[in-house]
Amino acid sequence: MSIMAYNGGCVVAMKGKECVAIATDLRFGLQAQTIDTNFEKVFPVNKHMYLGLAGLQTDIITVYKRLMFRKNLYEIRENRVMQPERFAAMLSSFLYEHRFGPYFIEPVIAGLDPKTFKPFICNMDLIGCANMPDDFVVAGTCEEQLFGMCETLWRENMEPDDLFETISQAMLNAFDRDAISGWGAKVYIIEKDKVTIRKLKTRMD
Amino acid sequence: MALNDILKHMPSVGDMLSDYKSTEEMDFINLSQNKVLSAPPYSNPVENLAKLHENNDNIKINFDHGTTTLGFIYQGGVVLAVDSRATGGQYIGSQSVRKVVEINDLLLGTLAGGAADCTYWYRVLTSECRLYELRNKKKISLAAATKIMNNIIYSYKNSGLSMGMILAGGDMNQVSLYYLDSDGTRTMGKVFSVGSGSIFAYGVLDSGYKWELTDEQAYELGRRSIYHATHRDAYSGGTVRVYHVKKDGWNLISEEDCLDLHRRYEAEKKK
Repeated sequence: MSIMAYNGGCVVAMKGKECVAIATDLRFGLQAQTIDTNFEKVFPVNKHMYLGLAGLQTDIITVYKRLMFRKNLYEIRENRVMQPERFAAMLSSFLYEHRFGPYFIEPVIAGLDPKTFKPFICNMDLIGCANMPDDFVVAGTCEEQLFGMCETLWRENMEPDDLFETISQAMLNAFDRDAISGWGAKVYIIEKDKVTIRKLKTRMD
Repeated sequence: MALNDILKHMPSVGDMLSDYKSTEEMDFINLSQNKVLSAPPYSNPVENLAKLHENNDNIKINFDHGTTTLGFIYQGGVVLAVDSRATGGQYIGSQSVRKVVEINDLLLGTLAGGAADCTYWYRVLTSECRLYELRNKKKISLAAATKIMNNIIYSYKNSGLSMGMILAGGDMNQVSLYYLDSDGTRTMGKVFSVGSGSIFAYGVLDSGYKWELTDEQAYELGRRSIYHATHRDAYSGGTVRVYHVKKDGWNLISEEDCLDLHRRYEAEKKK
């Protein structure tokens, strides 16, 4: 069994019209055994940006803390909010630093530009190869299922409500076909003037 | 060979090779004798089948390894309860598998391990039980039925079968419960649970089990045990099925989705 699938879990992010969405499942397990059903894999970075991390739980926490350290240092030194593009570049080089002993995580970034509010999504492999598509990004143990769901449900220029429905359905139906993801989900809809956070009631088996 | 004395129409792999010489003949035997399996394409399968797996992780024979099944005897008979999930690795292949096999109107069996192995050999057992009835003009006892199954399983020991079964049914005017597995175990007992979720099921089952349980209490104990197993074990889930076995036959008590059960138990906890 792959170390990337030791704890289970998944993250997905989508672009909408002047908004982005990111969602996570809530399971933390050790292979087949479910330990916790309230482990969030999406973290706030700043007002308009969230970071999702799928993979090995210990590395999820370490990478998030180390990234926040670097990001905070940047924001203090520059006296301005970090843009999603800069954050992605920083994350990418951080991961490549560990090219020969990587952190076992796959990151997903979703955010709006702090000035222009242009939507931004991005994902990477565990050594920092970034991918910035126009539609959606996925990561985690039910990646294939998520691709299938997103590919069929996603449309251009969705309003926030529509985007919420789409990302929720994509997530729910994807992890219902994966034994080690699920046990609840949390969805973040990021708009210019607000962030809406909703918990989804899902199958608990 | 002792097995063939009991089951003359079911030759073991070794005998097949000596009985049917030409390969063309071998290819068509299954048409006329449907319980004859084709021999592996190499000698001495007991030793060589294991070698096939040693250096090749790509060959996945076992589908449906994760399961939770249980059965227990109490004053009112036997309760069997099972989940309904089938997994291939971490992928959920089905959420609607029937893991209780209805052998006849007196006997039930549960299915865990290799799905194909279990369903096939239960089919063989079902026909054996029917043949017994026709030959002897009486219903087969659970002891005899499990012995037939055990003899078959044992003759295939170490050839890679993967099964864990709980059988329940009427036996000499009383109800009894047997556990069988692919190692050749056949044992009678009061409380059994089999599968990847069995450790969780045992936790609930052992703390709530007593002989004096009423029917309703017994159904609820079985149901709850499976539900908690599906919650903790990633490879168990779907719907929880509960069966009740009595001397004069069995009944399907309930089929409930784990999501509905979760909501109900969650609401009860808050009360």
